[in-house]
Amino acid sequence: MMKKKGKSYLINFALVAVLFVVLQVLISSGVINRYYNGILMLVGINVILAVSLNLATGFLGQLVLGHAGFMAVGAYTAALFTLNSSLPEGLALVVGMVLGGLVAAVFSAVIGIPALRLRGDYIAILTLGFGEIIRVLLNSLEFTGGAKGLNGIPAYTTFPSVFIVAALTVYIIYAFINSRHGRAVIAIREDEIAAESAGIHTTYYKMLAFILSAFFAGVAGALYANYIGVLAPAKFDFNYSVEILLMVVMGGMGSITGSIVAAVVLTFLPELLRGFSDYRMLIYSAILIAIMLFKPTGLLGQQEFSLAGLAKRGKRWFAKRKKGKEGA
Amino acid sequence: MAKLLETENLGIAFGGLRALSDVTLEIGRGEIVGLIGPNGAGKTTVFNLLTDVYMPTEGTITLEGKSIVGKKTYQITRAGIARTFQNIRLFKDISVIDNVKIAMEGDMHYSALAGILRLPSYWREEKAADLRARELLRVVDLEDFADAKAKNLPYGQQRKLEIARALATQPKVLLLDEPAAGMNPTETQELAEMIEKIRKKFDVAILLIEHDMSFVMEICEKLYVLDYGMVIAQGKPEDVRKDPKVIAAYLGGNEDE
Amino acid sequence: MNVLSQIINGLHIGSIYALVALGYSMVYGIIKLINFAHGEIIMVGAYAVYVMLVLVGTPLWIAVLVSLLFCACMGMLIERVAYRRLRNKNAPRISLLITAIGVSIFLQNLAQTIFSSSGKSFPNVMPQGSIRLGDAEISALTLITLATAAVLMIGLQLLVSKTKMGKAMRAVSEDAGAAKLMGINTNVTITWTFAIGSALASIAALLYSSAYPLVTPYMGSTLGLKAFIAAVLGGIGSVPGAMLGGFLLGIAETLAKGYISSVVADAIVFGILILVLLIRPAGLLGRNVKEKV
Repeated sequence: MMKKKGKSYLINFALVAVLFVVLQVLISSGVINRYYNGILMLVGINVILAVSLNLATGFLGQLVLGHAGFMAVGAYTAALFTLNSSLPEGLALVVGMVLGGLVAAVFSAVIGIPALRLRGDYIAILTLGFGEIIRVLLNSLEFTGGAKGLNGIPAYTTFPSVFIVAALTVYIIYAFINSRHGRAVIAIREDEIAAESAGIHTTYYKMLAFILSAFFAGVAGALYANYIGVLAPAKFDFNYSVEILLMVVMGGMGSITGSIVAAVVLTFLPELLRGFSDYRMLIYSAILIAIMLFKPTGLLGQQEFSLAGLAKRGKRWFAKRKKGKEGA
Repeated sequence: MAKLLETENLGIAFGGLRALSDVTLEIGRGEIVGLIGPNGAGKTTVFNLLTDVYMPTEGTITLEGKSIVGKKTYQITRAGIARTFQNIRLFKDISVIDNVKIAMEGDMHYSALAGILRLPSYWREEKAADLRARELLRVVDLEDFADAKAKNLPYGQQRKLEIARALATQPKVLLLDEPAAGMNPTETQELAEMIEKIRKKFDVAILLIEHDMSFVMEICEKLYVLDYGMVIAQGKPEDVRKDPKVIAAYLGGNEDE
Repeated sequence: MNVLSQIINGLHIGSIYALVALGYSMVYGIIKLINFAHGEIIMVGAYAVYVMLVLVGTPLWIAVLVSLLFCACMGMLIERVAYRRLRNKNAPRISLLITAIGVSIFLQNLAQTIFSSSGKSFPNVMPQGSIRLGDAEISALTLITLATAAVLMIGLQLLVSKTKMGKAMRAVSEDAGAAKLMGINTNVTITWTFAIGSALASIAALLYSSAYPLVTPYMGSTLGLKAFIAAVLGGIGSVPGAMLGGFLLGIAETLAKGYISSVVADAIVFGILILVLLIRPAGLLGRNVKEKV
């Protein structure tokens, strides 16, 4: 059984590598132009954000409304570091990401300690408040450039770096969820009292999952800062936190693959529907309510879907059609 | 030598309301003890005090001579007291076997990093956990349902899964809150045999709350009768049954017995 | 400005927080939900008064009455359409919370679509003038605000403690299942709770807009956040707690604004929430309720 598992890790790794090579070839041959290359990088960043938020909201079951705030902290940290460092490009980006992630993690610990010891939904209101306060602070602090923000941040982020970090994030969160720690986190979502009486230190695991989630939001922020080159506080508003939440809800709370698909769709869609940009949040919020009312665990549910599973389903579908035709 | 689990003059008041007073219990190694009494007598409250869901306002609780008052619920579980719930609390949306593995938290030690990197310690401990979980499911006759979602089990089997989950924490004392509730006579008989088997196999003492008198009389070696938050009788089942105070409490207070 | 005037200003804004906090507190007490959409009810109430006064041209009392009824209906509608279905399905709490945040954003953006994102200036409808109290000057608006809030809060306290409806509310918040068995119609009780909370928010909207005469689609979000903090500070689920929390938060905020800076004031308000949760999570007047096992 374990050998089988090892094999499936290998297959998935191979598939991801193939996807990377294909995209990279398309980019360097110019089939994917600069504009779409940029969007692909945003897709990768949003994948990191959605999958990491899913850890806190889908698996742990705590509503986090300030994911963009953690991203902002990571973005500003990495921007300030890369602006002032003389390290070589790649190394500077890596250090920037780690620093960005760590600072975001520290902020999340400060919020998590008061809120997560308690049962109830205090983390929702605290993260909402944090998202707002951090923007007000970024707007007024001198070293973050105030409302104008920071510019001239070195463009170290490349498509390969985004792809690799996104793939790594997905792997880490997947591996975490499928370990004793992940089981404990899911148990807390299912029933906190039962989890505690099964011997699980619930406060510790709530903190662990929440901080890990914020860490990756910080990493995503670092990638974003070194991709876009200019940072302004307004980018990281409440609406952005809600967009990431919508990715998690659409993809299914507790489904990593669902979050990836939803992040891809929700990054491309606004680009295609530019005419609707005024109504975007109106539409998003209506979708959010509708999904919750009709499918409270999220649009695609908790199931993971794999390419193998998809192929199997496809085969079955074709077989059915064939039978139908033969019958007729 | 100290008894396995002892309480002395245990009591709790909610606001002005005294829910329990002067509850003194003794449970020895490997004993099966019944806690009975009319509805609202405070039986579940005793369980809640033993597992720190509530803090007692007075009295002591000791496990193997050491006080556990003020310890957190998960620490008490790890010290050796596991429980089931009157209104079944399973992890509904995950598999039966994962429900059991979650409760093995106390003796799994690989770090989060080792887990993410899938180091040998991860594979070793996960494999051991998997084997032990299947073993426990076999004890409660659920091995064929290991991969089903817990919420899809029928009621009686959900109760059994809760027992398996409690056993997974390797308890010294197992607290069962109305394990036979909602079961038919055949299932109840099976449960009685299973509890006997569990005691022998795991060398665990069992304290159980139950309303089904024939079940209690059959398997318990000692009974405590609770009424209005106080112990009104204790001793061997056949003696307790004849106690006039017990008969009065049941006939006077409650008609469903 | 001297300390006394600062404190009076603090009481002024604090009593508005208190009125809004009551809505959060009542709903949380009864269905354990942070009703994020409550802040938007304030915004709706402010627009309702604006529309009636400026666009339709009715007298003030009609405008207030319309706004009050409109908000109450809005509160009931939100409960009926967005929350009840999930409650009946016993959906996970997080789904209910996400719905609440969805309703909040939806209302904000709906208002933005209808009224545009630039603010509307709120007409000056309150009597002018002021009285002196030692070194401090108290405006008529402040007096009216304090008096209105006091009357409403005493009224609410009487409603909760003396009437049959109030008893039903307390029963449902204690144990909804048992209340149902005792013949209480829990759905009706919950609907009324939303209606009363929303009506209080509409009055808060009038008072707030009179003090800060700019109506925007987003006015409810920060006000709502602060009011929620006030509710937690006072002890969520407690009527006197919401009042006390509102006053304390208003005073703390005004003093911080006056003596430090307005940026820091927001951070301090937020810091208060963190401290309360650390030191006394049940709030000043709340009681610590453990989940039933």
